[in-house]
Amino acid sequence: MNDQRHRLGGLLTRETRVVAAGVEVLAGALAEQAVPVEAVDWRPPPAGTEQALAAVLGDPGHADANARAVRRMVTARPHLVDVRPAREVLGLDAGTFLHAGPPLEWERASGPMRGALMGAMLLEGLAATPEEAERELARGAAALEPCHHHATVGPMAGVVSPSMWMWVVEDAEHGGRSYCSLNEGLGKVLRYGAYGPEVIERLRWMGEFLGPALRAAVRRHGPLDLMALIAQAVQMGDELHNRNRAATSLLLRELAPDLAAAEDVPRDLAAEALRFAAGNEHFFLNPGMAAAKACADAARGVPGSSLVVAMARNGTEFGIQVSGTGDRWFTGPAGVPDGLYLGGYGPDDANPDIGDSAITETAGMGGFALAAAPAIVRFVGGEVPDAVAATQRMYEITLTEHPALQIPLLSFRGTPAGIDVTRVVRTGILPVIDTGIAGREAGTGQVGAGLVEPPPGVFTDALHALAEIA
Amino acid sequence: MRDWVEVRRGAYHDSVTLMRVSRSLSERPGVAGAMVAMGTELNREIVEGMGFEVPAGAGPDDLVVAIRVAGAAGGGELDAAREALDGLLRDASRPPAGAGLLGAAVPARTTGSAAARADATVALLSVPGPHVFPEAMDALDAGLNVMIFSDNVPLGQEIALKEAAARRGLIVMGPDCGTAVIGGAGLGFANAVRPGPVGIVAASGTGAQQLMCLLDAAGVGVGHVLGVGGRDLSPEVSGRSALSALAALDADPGTELIVLVSKPPAPQVADLIREAARRLDTPVVFALPMPGEDDITQAAEKALRALGRPVPRWPRWAAERRPEPGSGQALRGLFAGGTLRDEAEMIARGALGWDLEARGAEAPGHRFTDFGDDAYTRGRAHPMIDPTLRLEAVREAASDPGVGVLLLDVVLGYGAEPDPAASLAPAIAEAVKDRPDLAVAVSLCGTPADPQGRDRQAAALCGAGADVFASNAEATRHALATVEGTPE
Repeated sequence: MNDQRHRLGGLLTRETRVVAAGVEVLAGALAEQAVPVEAVDWRPPPAGTEQALAAVLGDPGHADANARAVRRMVTARPHLVDVRPAREVLGLDAGTFLHAGPPLEWERASGPMRGALMGAMLLEGLAATPEEAERELARGAAALEPCHHHATVGPMAGVVSPSMWMWVVEDAEHGGRSYCSLNEGLGKVLRYGAYGPEVIERLRWMGEFLGPALRAAVRRHGPLDLMALIAQAVQMGDELHNRNRAATSLLLRELAPDLAAAEDVPRDLAAEALRFAAGNEHFFLNPGMAAAKACADAARGVPGSSLVVAMARNGTEFGIQVSGTGDRWFTGPAGVPDGLYLGGYGPDDANPDIGDSAITETAGMGGFALAAAPAIVRFVGGEVPDAVAATQRMYEITLTEHPALQIPLLSFRGTPAGIDVTRVVRTGILPVIDTGIAGREAGTGQVGAGLVEPPPGVFTDALHALAEIA
Repeated sequence: MRDWVEVRRGAYHDSVTLMRVSRSLSERPGVAGAMVAMGTELNREIVEGMGFEVPAGAGPDDLVVAIRVAGAAGGGELDAAREALDGLLRDASRPPAGAGLLGAAVPARTTGSAAARADATVALLSVPGPHVFPEAMDALDAGLNVMIFSDNVPLGQEIALKEAAARRGLIVMGPDCGTAVIGGAGLGFANAVRPGPVGIVAASGTGAQQLMCLLDAAGVGVGHVLGVGGRDLSPEVSGRSALSALAALDADPGTELIVLVSKPPAPQVADLIREAARRLDTPVVFALPMPGEDDITQAAEKALRALGRPVPRWPRWAAERRPEPGSGQALRGLFAGGTLRDEAEMIARGALGWDLEARGAEAPGHRFTDFGDDAYTRGRAHPMIDPTLRLEAVREAASDPGVGVLLLDVVLGYGAEPDPAASLAPAIAEAVKDRPDLAVAVSLCGTPADPQGRDRQAAALCGAGADVFASNAEATRHALATVEGTPE
């Protein structure tokens, strides 16, 4: 207060530098005087959002609430602590299935979601044939609940049934727990809606052998710092959504010695488990998602905060949850990803966007870290500069830069982290999400991979909800 | 139909590249299907699912090429497709032409984002009024002061922003703040004046410009002009920014004298401001053009005397023609600057006791119009940028034989149109061509250093037949004397 140099932030004493938004001639007049100007490429937000934006941004606690929420998100320290069956850790009863995305009923479920649920019925012995599974599900024999309602995330269909084994992740900073299933590999797999005999057989083996083997290894290893591992992987070219190659290798490097040393895991099973994991470049996707979920959950429930804490798709709808609006979902129709297709498949075979894996983007990875993963930039339909631009664009809608996840190509700038609903609405810039593409027909499996955007309406809906309680 | 399958050992390409290559190949005319992929188990299954036969022994490190062409053997389609494949694989590992490694910079899309990129001291906002609030909050949250050029910002938002600024030790200049000068940098409409000991707090943009130009003409410089917006001295806003600006200038060691210029404020706010001014160490001169108060020229003179500087004869440029309006003819004041218009009307009312509202047969019907008023600027630029409407009004007034004197203002400086005389001088020449009785007085607000060049503008306007004055009050008095038939 006594230091007059800092009155009005040094307005009258420091060199005048201006941020200019609006009429170009005014910025031009400053440039004419050789005054440094940083111009804003300003565009009007959607009509009808002015008052809601003013209400939310005018709440005196808003900026602090966002700062607090996003600080909790980026300071979370998720550790891999255990591997256990869903029945035990989630208290999942027979006949209850978790699924990806916002709440969903069988009637509105898409092909791959139905296929995965049918597969789960077969796996749990609740039906003997796919036809019977379909009939049972159609008459409401199973209870369906979103993974997100159980501190859980699941890739693609995200179906979790009681006998599936889960990665258990604990946030050493804030104490939260999160869960994700084990990754089955690529091609015809349950999460893409396939439910053939080979799918069910693989899941049985995972439940009977892989899960216990991983449990032995993880318990023997002790808490494994996933954020440190992810940070390394980002510098090795992973964005942790569509590329998990480095992270998978790093995870195996950590667990292999303990798996080898675990006395209750036979040598041939240890070898088989390692071979299975090493043969699947996306093996780390699931523990990575659980880590992202732990980070995002740490930021939940901060009153007044417009931070997005979940983006998830159930194959029919895209939904988001926001820190300041509790467990409420804001949903809109899921879009069809723009991407590249396997073999003879094309856009007509694609199901609308599906999966909880957008939790990676929610926590500052995935599409937000695309500039870190030049090896997969061609999913953007472009070249390295396009990937860099995609990440750069995300800084416009995020609250901070991730202190741990650094992008070498951007001189080790932290990834854009913490999507702010108000910034999405103001700029019209939508989060960029990397994604796999599931076949539209139940039982098809993966047909491609690419990029997808959320429906813009979910952000304006969330904004209006925040404005109501501001 | 003809199938071709080959295995290229050890030829690695990443899966995404290969998906793109496969797609490009499939889209070629004559190709019925194609897949180029590393020979992983999954890929082999897909290739086989398409009906190809994959040779045994092709492993994950080998490139599997499967092409199906429509034509018969020897039709050339297959050779063409294989050649195309080689080209596609070559191109896949070639950097894009032109663009740098990181591509073009992504522009800032919010004031917050721009503020994070630059170590700025102030944000200048001129987005439409209803959209100002988020940008202004961004600036305040980033520790920037804010100048809001836009009008049509809701009153409640103005108060909220000014309260938020106070909590952060910052100032909001505006909304509807046309002019500010910070350490020599002109924001919005501002004249190029020499630096000096005077600080101006301005609830009126053109009032501040008139003041700084007169001081400059007297050889006295201006350190800072802090605008506060036309509503700041209303009972609702209660001078929040004016008080903050007074305190900041009081604390500024370079400021020896403060001048507060405003359209007539609400009486209780005027009292509040005067009380605050009394408590400052720095003397404050008021320029509140209203009956019983100094006009802006008088306030400038008072400021000069307070600084112990001589009061000069204010610059004026007399035209050669000496028109003599007939009795009963009216005065038309056509203004771009709202405060200059108000000052002219105040002088007309106060000095000569005219009832401007009178419309009787004998009443002269003098009128003063502000083309910067909302009614004229909705959907178009300010008359200091776009002179179209006022030029029309000049033509219209000249064609009215009841009009004997035109009083116009021309405001120069950064932000204003690059050469106002270029359109106004011909309009004046045209107006007086067949009207030897029509007198034209111009109040020219500018400095020799302004981009438009005050003296060049004055010469052009004068040459067209207008008497030109640096002081708006003098221009007004001259116009009044002329229309009264009592020239000085």
